[in-house]
Amino acid sequence: MSDEPAPASRRGLTVLPAGPDALLLEVSGAAESGIAEVLALHERVRAAVDRGEGPWPGVSDVVPAARTVLLHTRPGADLPALGAAARALAASPPPPSSPPAQGEVEIVVRYDGADLAEVAAMTGLDPAEVVRAHTSTLWRVAFGGFVPGFGYLVGGDPRLQVPRRESPRTRVPAGSVALAGEFTGVYPRASPGGWQLIGTTDAVLWDPDRSPPAVLTPGTRVRFVDIEASR
Amino acid sequence: MIPALEVLETGPLVLIEDEGRPGHASVGVGHSGAADRSAHRLGARLVGNDEHLASLEVLLGGLRVRARGRLTVALTGAPAPARVDDRPIGHASLVDLAHGSVLTLGMPAAGLRTYLTVRGGIDVAPVLGSRSADTLSGVGPPPVRAGDVLPVGPAGATFPHVDQAAHPSHAVPWGSGDTGVAELEVLPGPRSAWVGGWGSSLGGLLGTTWHVHGDSDRIGLRLSGFRVERAAPYRDVELPSEGLVRGAVQIPAGGAPVLFLADHPATGGYPVIAVLTASAIDRAAQLRPGDLVRLRPSP
Repeated sequence: MSDEPAPASRRGLTVLPAGPDALLLEVSGAAESGIAEVLALHERVRAAVDRGEGPWPGVSDVVPAARTVLLHTRPGADLPALGAAARALAASPPPPSSPPAQGEVEIVVRYDGADLAEVAAMTGLDPAEVVRAHTSTLWRVAFGGFVPGFGYLVGGDPRLQVPRRESPRTRVPAGSVALAGEFTGVYPRASPGGWQLIGTTDAVLWDPDRSPPAVLTPGTRVRFVDIEASR
Repeated sequence: MIPALEVLETGPLVLIEDEGRPGHASVGVGHSGAADRSAHRLGARLVGNDEHLASLEVLLGGLRVRARGRLTVALTGAPAPARVDDRPIGHASLVDLAHGSVLTLGMPAAGLRTYLTVRGGIDVAPVLGSRSADTLSGVGPPPVRAGDVLPVGPAGATFPHVDQAAHPSHAVPWGSGDTGVAELEVLPGPRSAWVGGWGSSLGGLLGTTWHVHGDSDRIGLRLSGFRVERAAPYRDVELPSEGLVRGAVQIPAGGAPVLFLADHPATGGYPVIAVLTASAIDRAAQLRPGDLVRLRPSP
């Protein structure tokens, strides 16, 4: 049938239909570069929505993920115009010097996680080296979505890539700092979870009465600090 | 005295809901809001409320409330027998509640969710700009319980101008041409290609008569009775998580579709092969476990 909105690909962006009030933008390219492309696209989409020109005021929410950015729209938004604007945005050269839209936060961690020894064994590092690796790079929030305030952080030392636990825990305590795949994350509240726990933080990452309620918004840069070293 | 509804009794679940909470999905807070948006909006129009004011979403009746002060209310959504003190009242009608009078809402004969809208709206404290209870993230007001006193906000400048609305066709989910099977219209989803592409049967999604599974709630409606088959190139492909919309028809690993409703997660890791139209979402929100449903492409 011909009435399917044709997925149009240009400069690595595919615009996919997502019902009456949304468009899904998918970046192409190698899997490992997808997140960097998504972060760049997300930043430019946010800026376009903030400027509020053309079809962008029709966007009510923007949701980055591993390879996609979802645009939720208000009823009656012009989806074809928005798709075209998104393609133009992706194809245009990046702004000359975009200052980081989000700030940098420090999260102080007690590296006492239940899986620290196991992570050390899996990575071939000793626990102190795991801590040094975790604290030595500037991480960046790629996307959220698991529970309010949880962020998937990328940009870590590649030696820290470990699989999820074979059987997830039914309860991971709030403040647990954990690893899985290329990601690190902090559980904002107690919840089930399958990530490898390496430490704990007292930082409150989610508070609906605070503005903004989440510390780890997409794009935010994060440095983990060892509480022992910070004393 | 602040006008209020004093809750004397609740049925299985009574939630405060409005038009939802967009803007926070990137930090894991979904949009939530009334499951049957058109029923919520009809209630707002009847009593002269702005649609952003909150109403009560009553699952399967069982609600008894006493008016504090003189209130104007309307019942919309799933039609259920109702009375004020001993006097029966109509569905989708303006009803005046004298101070101290008690409104009793019975069990709907069909459908799931009846909306009680009060002129002025349920005026609990908003969280992140909305009074909606999100059953997935836990954001928003807790479920309504017996003993709660729900403040009613000041009436707006708009006055009610009709006393009664025609029953919308989705008041019973399968509409007026009652075949016993609800027909829900879908639009293309981002991953329609994973099940053969738009124009195909979408791996059997279209043309199958599905049962609504008992494990259904405001997060999503689970369908059973068949398995949607992926097209050959996608059989063993994993989909990285991506943003989800209300109305998304997602096919998890087992092949049994999930129709996501108001409290859907912000992201999901299984392909969304179609998306319900806005009115189909509202009808889906009124389907009960055991109901029969068919999906067809929106013309």
